Amino acid sequence: MSLAPAPSACPACAAAPLAQAASKGAQSALDGCDEVLFALPKVHCAACISTVETRLNELAGVAEPRVNLSLKRVSLKAAPWVEEETIIAALASIGFEAHPLDAATIGGAADRAGRDLLLRLAVAGFAMMNVMLLSVAVWSGATDATRDVFHLISALIAVPAVGFSAQPFFINALSALRVRRLNMDVPISLAIVLAVGMSLFETFQSGENAYFDAALSLTFFLLIGRYLDHRTRASARSAASELAALEVHRAQRIEDGQPVAVRVADLAIGDHILVPHGMRIPVDGVLSSDSAQLDRAFLTGESAVQVLQAGDNVRAGEVNMGDPVTLQATAVGQDTTLRQIAALVETAEGGRNSYTALADRAAAIYAPAVHLLAFAAFVGWAAIGGDIRFALNVAIAVLIITCPCALGLAVPAVATAAIGKLFGHGFLVKHATALERIAEVDTVIFDKTGTLTMPGQTRPLAGFSQTEAGVALALAQASNHPVSQALCRALGTQVSAEQLHDITELPGQGIQANWQGKTVRLGQAGFVGARGAGTWLKIGDAPARRADLSERLRPGAVQAIAALKAQGLHVEILTGDAPDPAHSVASQLGITTVHSRIEAAQKHALIEDAKARGARVLMVGDGINDTAALAAAHASIAPASALDAARTAADIVALDADFTNLGLVVAVARKSTRLSKQNFGIALCYNLIAVPIALAGLATPLLAALAMSSSSITVLLNAMRVRSAK
Amino acid sequence: MNILVILIPASLFLGLLGLVAFVWTVRSDQYDDSKGNASRILMDDD
Repeated sequence: MSLAPAPSACPACAAAPLAQAASKGAQSALDGCDEVLFALPKVHCAACISTVETRLNELAGVAEPRVNLSLKRVSLKAAPWVEEETIIAALASIGFEAHPLDAATIGGAADRAGRDLLLRLAVAGFAMMNVMLLSVAVWSGATDATRDVFHLISALIAVPAVGFSAQPFFINALSALRVRRLNMDVPISLAIVLAVGMSLFETFQSGENAYFDAALSLTFFLLIGRYLDHRTRASARSAASELAALEVHRAQRIEDGQPVAVRVADLAIGDHILVPHGMRIPVDGVLSSDSAQLDRAFLTGESAVQVLQAGDNVRAGEVNMGDPVTLQATAVGQDTTLRQIAALVETAEGGRNSYTALADRAAAIYAPAVHLLAFAAFVGWAAIGGDIRFALNVAIAVLIITCPCALGLAVPAVATAAIGKLFGHGFLVKHATALERIAEVDTVIFDKTGTLTMPGQTRPLAGFSQTEAGVALALAQASNHPVSQALCRALGTQVSAEQLHDITELPGQGIQANWQGKTVRLGQAGFVGARGAGTWLKIGDAPARRADLSERLRPGAVQAIAALKAQGLHVEILTGDAPDPAHSVASQLGITTVHSRIEAAQKHALIEDAKARGARVLMVGDGINDTAALAAAHASIAPASALDAARTAADIVALDADFTNLGLVVAVARKSTRLSKQNFGIALCYNLIAVPIALAGLATPLLAALAMSSSSITVLLNAMRVRSAK
Repeated sequence: MNILVILIPASLFLGLLGLVAFVWTVRSDQYDDSKGNASRILMDDD
């Protein structure tokens, strides 16, 4: 790799590697250098961190590399003349796959809402511990003046602490009440406010029971749930924006005959753009090179290289498989075909939001039940004893003890642990309810091209001997036809070409030559006297045989299918490709149900059919032709190599090219849903014991504190068990 | 019982100290990469 000797806009950057030794001094010298981010899906340990950072430090023009292991990213400062490809190649040389991220799309690293919650959590925790300490004295028998003073100090700590820490609940409850609805925050806020209010009243009346500690621990435990929930959502959001940032965001525009790297966002209609070999075309346009070989798999699902002539239309997302080409842009940004399809998918996604999460379903039953129970306790005791103060006491004790900790904590804790585990295995969970939906799945439908098979990789000539393959290679080398070139690339490293004489190419038909006195031919079926599609090889008088390139299976695909089947899932293949290659892949993987030659619209219809039959489908696909199906399916997974639209539509993105762990996603999803339900059960058990005591008017602040803390901690510990899912 | 006049403010002060320390760690981005920090401790250099 060579560095462009372009003059640096930031001369200090050139000296950056030197200045780095005096790291503090280098700080100011690096101003004006770009902060660049790369996603490193494979980084996982201390050794990885030092390997990556050491390698990056060796690069000229790169400074302050810092790996973030939690986010699996590396940030660094790079001089403007340092090309992203240089850094990617450097990381690839030490075995780390790196994807450039657009820092602007990701947004600031600081998570304000998360910090805010953490701060409130800290204040609630501090206040809870101190008040609890004072309460212990009261519980163990402090009386009269001592008790009153302790209650007063507790009040002085608790009132401001609750006022600050419980704000998120109050705000949510108010906004729900404003639209005349009940959510989980209504009973929470009511319990907190009433507990503090009544305790204040009791304190001034020199009463026996004050629930300051209960109000604070309620706030504390629920804030933990809220914080975990926020973390889960934030990581899902950042996963989504990270994927958007992964898209090609640099292009080569030709200015005064020289290619200049510019941001895709800065391209305009009429620009001439150079697309190197192996790169995606960034905009829609018209080909200005004489010819081009493009892989249009993203639109058709068939990975066949197509040859285009000057003046043909090309679309964003197509991959250049041949020599560098230039094109003139006709549509950029949001107007490209690719973006328009992506926008359609986003609209289609709305349907998925109708899925009600487990916690919401539970809350819909829980909130009214708690209110009715507390109200009944109040009315009951007021009617029996006529003592309003005691009746209110009982009602508030009921509200506190039926602490919705399990609801507020159980699901977020399980989700955080599960999503963390999946992220560790290279799966980004983008959608909050994705795991719940995957747990319900009974059918898995795979796209073939690019999903079960590796994009752009082929397995050459199954069933041919080395000599025969050598003849094919020698014939292919004589031609510039894209099929021949693909054959050369696939065979080049594995067989050696045979010696041929009298090679002649018949345009549009094939190549003919003389090999050891025999006539050998490579070309269309008609050219070799056979029938059918594809490329054929005929040696001498032997019957012609098909010499197609079969696709290479994605690593881990076999294990993934086996794991999914072992979990009782029905596996199918859905492809736009012809029946032959589809069945060949299916038989290697042990899949019996194959739908071939299915176009994009039909894929969607097929999923809808399956839904109508009552099947819950997990769709795994990567192409534009899969996006409608991905959005329509009950849940969906896309590999990281998929196009933006497909990744947007998918619930989970597999960052690792290896699919071995795919079965784990379903296992973790099932286990996390089971644990969430278990947690509800645990919370219910605590309530079954504590609520009758509270209703009987026997509840004390000690009992409330015990029931609440122990149920919350049990639920949290139970949630951690999701990490052991296999 | 008079000892409480000293002990309670003392315990509150120490608690507050902890709170302030925690707030400082939040503000100085010390929770941004918990996994990375756990691993960096094992590295020999810097």
